[in-house]
Amino acid sequence: MTTHVLSDTGALTGRSLRHILRSPDTIITTAVTPVALMLLFVYVLGGAINTGSDESYINYMLPGILLITIASGIAYTAYRLFLDMQSGIFERFQSMPIPRPSVLWAHVLTSLVANLASIAIVTGVALLMGFRTGASVGAWLAVAGILILFTLALTWIAVIAGLSAKTIDGASAFSYPLIFLPFISSAFVPTDSMPAPVAWFAENQPVTSIVNTLRALFAQEPVGADIWIALAWCAGILVVAYASAVAIYRKKIS
Amino acid sequence: MISTETREPAIRVQAITKSFKDLHVLRGVDFDVAAGSIFALLGSNGAGKTTLVRILSTLLKANTGTATVHGFDVSSAPGEVRRSISLTGQFAAIDDMLTGRENLVLVAKLRHMKNPGTIADDMLARFSLTDAGNRRAATYSGGMRRRLDIAMSLIGDPPIIFLDEPTTGLDPQARIEVWQTVKELAKGGTTVLLTTQYLDEAEQLADRIAILHNGRIIQNGTLAELKQLLPSAKIEYVEKQPTLEEVFLALVGDDAASAGEESR
Repeated sequence: MTTHVLSDTGALTGRSLRHILRSPDTIITTAVTPVALMLLFVYVLGGAINTGSDESYINYMLPGILLITIASGIAYTAYRLFLDMQSGIFERFQSMPIPRPSVLWAHVLTSLVANLASIAIVTGVALLMGFRTGASVGAWLAVAGILILFTLALTWIAVIAGLSAKTIDGASAFSYPLIFLPFISSAFVPTDSMPAPVAWFAENQPVTSIVNTLRALFAQEPVGADIWIALAWCAGILVVAYASAVAIYRKKIS
Repeated sequence: MISTETREPAIRVQAITKSFKDLHVLRGVDFDVAAGSIFALLGSNGAGKTTLVRILSTLLKANTGTATVHGFDVSSAPGEVRRSISLTGQFAAIDDMLTGRENLVLVAKLRHMKNPGTIADDMLARFSLTDAGNRRAATYSGGMRRRLDIAMSLIGDPPIIFLDEPTTGLDPQARIEVWQTVKELAKGGTTVLLTTQYLDEAEQLADRIAILHNGRIIQNGTLAELKQLLPSAKIEYVEKQPTLEEVFLALVGDDAASAGEESR
C-alpha cells in the first residue's frame, strides 16, 4: 500500500493540475487583485507614504503583495476540494484502494504549483513596475522557501475549509480575513505610524515578521530575529492546520 | 479435497443496522449473494438501498452487524475490500474537466495497471465512446456519461461490482445498453449487486431479488419464487397492445445509439 502513495498522489496531482491548465483564469484572477493593489499603492497612495527608508516604495511593499497573492490563491484550493467532495468522483476515489492521504496531498501539491505560478506573474509585473533587488541566489532561495512554507501552511487551512464547508461560498469566504491581514502589518506602512493597540497587533501577528524577513532578504540586509519568528509562525500554523485537516478528513471518511 | 460446490458467497450481510441520529435506515439486514450472480436490491426511494451499498463499499460504517465482501470484513479489512470491488454510484462519478479517455487513464493508473493508455482505448471502443474519447466529459449526454462511469468501474476487472440505481434518469435505449453490459459482466463471472426502484429492471437482470422495505429485507428469492407468493396466475384475455417502449424503439431503431452521441 505504502509503495503506491507516491504514484497515486502523482496520478491525482496530474489530474488537478489539468484542471488548472484548463481553467487558467483561476491563476490569472489570483494575480489580478494583487497587481491592482500594487498599481494603487505605487502610483496613487505610495507617494504620500513615508516608509522611513531609502528603498523605492515597490521594493518596500512587494513582500506584502506576495502574501496577499497566496492568501487569495488558496481560496481556489478550498473551492476545488469542495467541488470534489460534492461530486461522485470523491466517493469513487474513496471506494478504490488508494492510500487515504493521497487525495488530500494531490490538492495540496496542486495548490503549491498554482500559487507559485501566480507569484511568478505578480513578481514579473513588479519587475516591470521598477522592483529591483540585488539579492543573491541564496537569498532568493530563502525567499522561495519562506513563500512555499507560507503557502503550505495556508493551504492546509484551505483544506479544512474545503472539507467542512456547507456551501461553495463558505468554501472560499475563509480567505477574506487572511487577505486582509497584511493590511494590518508592516506590509504597506511602518507599524510605528499606527495607534498603540493596532501597532501592538501588527507587531505580533505572523505577517509582519514574514514581510520584514522577505524585505531584508531582498534588500540584502541582515534578517535578524525576524526570520526565526517568521519560520516559527509558518511551522506552527502548518502543524496545527495539518493536524486539524487530517482529523476532519478522517472523521469525514470513516 | 477440492470442493467447487461450497464456494463462499461473494457478499454476506448479517444483521446490519445503521441509524442517522433518530432515523433508523437499516434495522437488521441479512442476505448472501452467490459468486457470479446478479443480485437486485429492490426498494422505493428512501428504503436504505444506497446506505447499504455505501456500507458494503466501505464508504460508511454500520452501527452493528457484519458484512463480508469477497471474504473480507468491510470494517476490519477495508483495504482488501476496496481491492475487490468497484462502485458505480447513483450519480456519474466522472471528472467533467477531463476527457473521457483521461478519466479512464486516471483510473487505470490508480489501479496500477500496465499500459493505461491501451486499456483506456479498449474501454472507449467497448463502450462506443471512441469518437468522443478526446472530448471533455462535461459535453457528454446522460447515456454517454453513464457508459463512461461504468467503463471506469470495470477497469482492473474487480470480481464484485456495485451498481447503485444504474439506469435512473437514462433514456430507454441507454437503459438497454446498461442492461446488456450487466448481463455480459455476469456471464464473465463478475458478481453484480445492483439496486433499483424499477421492477422490470430487477425482472430483466437478476438471478435473485431482495425487497428492502423500512430498513429490512422483507422478501428474498428468485423471480419465480417471488411470483409464487401471490395466488397462481389466472387466465384473462387481453388485447396485446404494443408498449410505448416498443413503439419508441421500433421508430428510432438502431440509430438511437449513434444519435445519442450527437445529442449534446
